[in-house]
Amino acid sequence: MLLDFTVDKPTQTVSITAEFEAGLDLVWDAYTKAELLDQWYAPKPWASKTKHMNFEVGGRRFYAMVSPEGVERWAVQKYTSITPKTNFKLFNAFADKDENLELPGSDWDLNFSEQGGTTKVTVSIYNESLERMERLIEMGFKAGTEMQINNLEDLLTTLSQR
Amino acid sequence: MKRDIFQAIADPTRRAIIALIALQAMTPNALAENFHTTRQAVSKHLRILTECELVKQEYKGREIYYSLEIEKMKEIDDWLEQYRKIWETRIDQLDELLAAMKKQGEDK
Repeated sequence: MLLDFTVDKPTQTVSITAEFEAGLDLVWDAYTKAELLDQWYAPKPWASKTKHMNFEVGGRRFYAMVSPEGVERWAVQKYTSITPKTNFKLFNAFADKDENLELPGSDWDLNFSEQGGTTKVTVSIYNESLERMERLIEMGFKAGTEMQINNLEDLLTTLSQR
Repeated sequence: MKRDIFQAIADPTRRAIIALIALQAMTPNALAENFHTTRQAVSKHLRILTECELVKQEYKGREIYYSLEIEKMKEIDDWLEQYRKIWETRIDQLDELLAAMKKQGEDK
């Protein structure tokens, strides 16, 4: 697996290119089917939970990132363009639990291509705001801190049993 | 009010100011000549940048020169590094999933 990550600050564009040792069909499914998306989309220990998803132009995915304590952070991805197994575009925004969007959001452009059994995916995120990045990072941070505390608790329990 | 450093680079004029003073220390008047805005507008941007501690002031005679705090700019990169890590974790997880799916397909 290869990962390339770039941020163009002036245009607020984030680009992520990754190569996977898997065929295009599998990779496309992993990005476009709810039950598969939920298995990788949230950085651990958070979990991704898709409430509903309709992968077609004009359709949307309404999902939550769920913290280990069960805190839900909702977001919506609206599909604006789909070229099967080649490209799809979406509009991404945070939302409340009733699916009300918190605007503005960002525009995502995802490209897929396969060469000799390796599939390359390029995700370009336009108009990504620092505020939204920060919300994501805070989630990661919080989870990390809580994990450390849990680990510490485990350690203390083990030690106290000796 | 303590300002968020990211407000500083969220504005195109402030980004242009940062680019200019990264090269050399400049007075507000000299900076204003580069923009189609008033000297007051430039001063306001400089005040925000100063509050974010992205620029420092230096008095030379009666003039104030503004220059860039390089270390503070580095903080932005450190912060972006954490955002990158989130994507790294995500992509790692996808990679694992794909490997498992591939194996499942072969076992069938």
